Amino acid sequence: MSETADTLERPAAEGTPLMEVRGITKRFVKRHDTAGRIAHRLGVGPAEETVHAVDGVDLAIQPGEVLGLVGESGCGKSTLGRMIAGVMPPTEGRLLFEGQDIATLPGADRRAATLAVQMIFQDPFASLNPRKRVEEIVGEAPRVHGLVSARGTGAYVDEILTRVGLDPALKRRYPHQFSGGQRQRIGIARALAVKPRFLVCDEAIAALDVSIQAQVLNLFMDLRNDFDLTYLFISHDLSVVEHIADRVAIMYLGRIVEQGPAEALFAAPNHPYTQALLAEVPRLDQRRRQFEPVKGEIPSPLDPPSGCHFHPRCPHATERCSATRPEFRAIAPGRRAACHLNDA
Amino acid sequence: MSEPVLAVEALQTHFAMRAGLARAVDGVSFSVGAGEIMGLVGESGSGKSVTGFSILGLVDPPGRIAGGSIRFRGEELVGAAPERLRALRGNRIAMIFQDPMMTLNPVLRVDTQMIEAVRAHASVSRDAARQRAREALARTGIPSPDERLRAYPHQLSGGMRQRVAIAIAFLNAPDLIVADEPTTALDVTIQAQIIHEAQTLCRESGTAMIWITHDLAVVAGLADRIAVMYAGRIVEQGTIDQVIDTPLHPYTVGLLGSVPSANRRGEKLTQIPGMTPDLLALPPGCAFRARCPRADAACTIAPEPRAPRADEPDHLARCQHPHDAPALAGAGAE
Repeated sequence: MSETADTLERPAAEGTPLMEVRGITKRFVKRHDTAGRIAHRLGVGPAEETVHAVDGVDLAIQPGEVLGLVGESGCGKSTLGRMIAGVMPPTEGRLLFEGQDIATLPGADRRAATLAVQMIFQDPFASLNPRKRVEEIVGEAPRVHGLVSARGTGAYVDEILTRVGLDPALKRRYPHQFSGGQRQRIGIARALAVKPRFLVCDEAIAALDVSIQAQVLNLFMDLRNDFDLTYLFISHDLSVVEHIADRVAIMYLGRIVEQGPAEALFAAPNHPYTQALLAEVPRLDQRRRQFEPVKGEIPSPLDPPSGCHFHPRCPHATERCSATRPEFRAIAPGRRAACHLNDA
Repeated sequence: MSEPVLAVEALQTHFAMRAGLARAVDGVSFSVGAGEIMGLVGESGSGKSVTGFSILGLVDPPGRIAGGSIRFRGEELVGAAPERLRALRGNRIAMIFQDPMMTLNPVLRVDTQMIEAVRAHASVSRDAARQRAREALARTGIPSPDERLRAYPHQLSGGMRQRVAIAIAFLNAPDLIVADEPTTALDVTIQAQIIHEAQTLCRESGTAMIWITHDLAVVAGLADRIAVMYAGRIVEQGTIDQVIDTPLHPYTVGLLGSVPSANRRGEKLTQIPGMTPDLLALPPGCAFRARCPRADAACTIAPEPRAPRADEPDHLARCQHPHDAPALAGAGAE
């Protein structure tokens, strides 16, 4: 079953994915303190609380593509992004870079694989060291990793800054002397400086004003062409993802519920959650519309619903939905969804 | 049209700072009628929130209303006695903030706060006030309102808190609600719920609403009319259809072009060059001049609001070179 799903997912023409995750899981456990442990041993205290932030996700990203990862707050999209970027170790599951498990690679190859994946963060105010000048922020990593000589660093930083649309004359300044959009460009320059092949962008434009968002989004598209980059573009903003992504994965409470080519997915969403999400995106061409929102809120990941996580909010839920977890399987060439309704 | 609920005329709100005088709101005029929803759109620093705060008399020093008038049901609010404003606030005029914790007191239960809000403006018994609070919560679509009444704000989720804040705003059936980015911090499905509640309550009770946001798409689906602010001035206003389908001002055109949409997938977005100007160092004339593709020598003179199209007398723009309808229809179709 999963064999067919895999072949459908990846047409023979495409080779090894640039980045692939298999059964990746992240659990955050709130450990007991000493008192809690003793109480627990005596059988009176509460059990340790476990948050299933990411729950057995499979995802493959082909070279050169933009995969949009969409979900609401608390769905685990950032945690997934961080694990893929290598900033956070997974609890379970494997990360494969060009088909090779990063965890088992020998030292030098492993460093190269880690360097090839860079991350751009949401908050350009928190992700830059306020006590370093722009030239240090951008130039430090390539120098340390031996990509440029100490003497060549200055010229290299100028080149990268120019590339992301910043005036190299400003490189002696500190981050606080820049606007939000410019800071995000500094963050992008820092990521680009180590010549990555894959960028994980976590809500990279969410904190910016509309007109600045457009500038940065355009920059991402330019860089993709110029440097042959692959993106995992994480966002809660469906219209942004629809604009930039080739393929889209929709996440709900730690699991991917639907995945497919952007155009097909937005034209005919399969999963009831995707349908609800798309229906509620405000659009310029819909005037004085009557909002008919989906009921309820995202349940707590501390205590996720049984079976399909979406069943308490789903208008089509049956008994089966609360009993068994639907399989994430192929529903059309290149498209997968996890919904029992597809079996009928 | 009957007398509007709110009529703002040439409003000036200035902040005197050591570095100079920031004209955060610089000659803003608009009006809102009963049951009408007006979208006030702009980027950070455009003065949209300060306009909202000015209406409620909530501008604190170093800011002050330096001129103009705010008439609420015919009554002048600029220079009104603080007691009078306090009597109106939370009663006839209410505000919904971006962060519901600005409305809610974290150490008081929801019912305590709501009963207080009712009894501050009407002499009713605690039980009657409690009953009204319960009804208000139920109206905003909060499940099991009795339980929520006994909760503290920290026990509620972000969406639930915002709904409680909205319930408080609607508690005394106000004539006007100023909503300042009420859904910006929320998820799409929760945003849709909040907009739905606000929309329904306005339509049912005839409350006028000013919805302040940076999100044009939200306003397009919600509001009847829209005003676009840039550097303290309303650069364009009109009905939703007029402004979004056939905008006059180059800034509005640029903003609309920077919203990603399905029919331009993968194409480059129109970007407005440069960044939002520093209010302390505005160029003379049109503030958008430096970023505008149509700017020329005429733009050094500050343009007054006018309606360049004969068939749209209520579609105003502050621009020396407004887009004319036919040219734009062509640009929009490409």
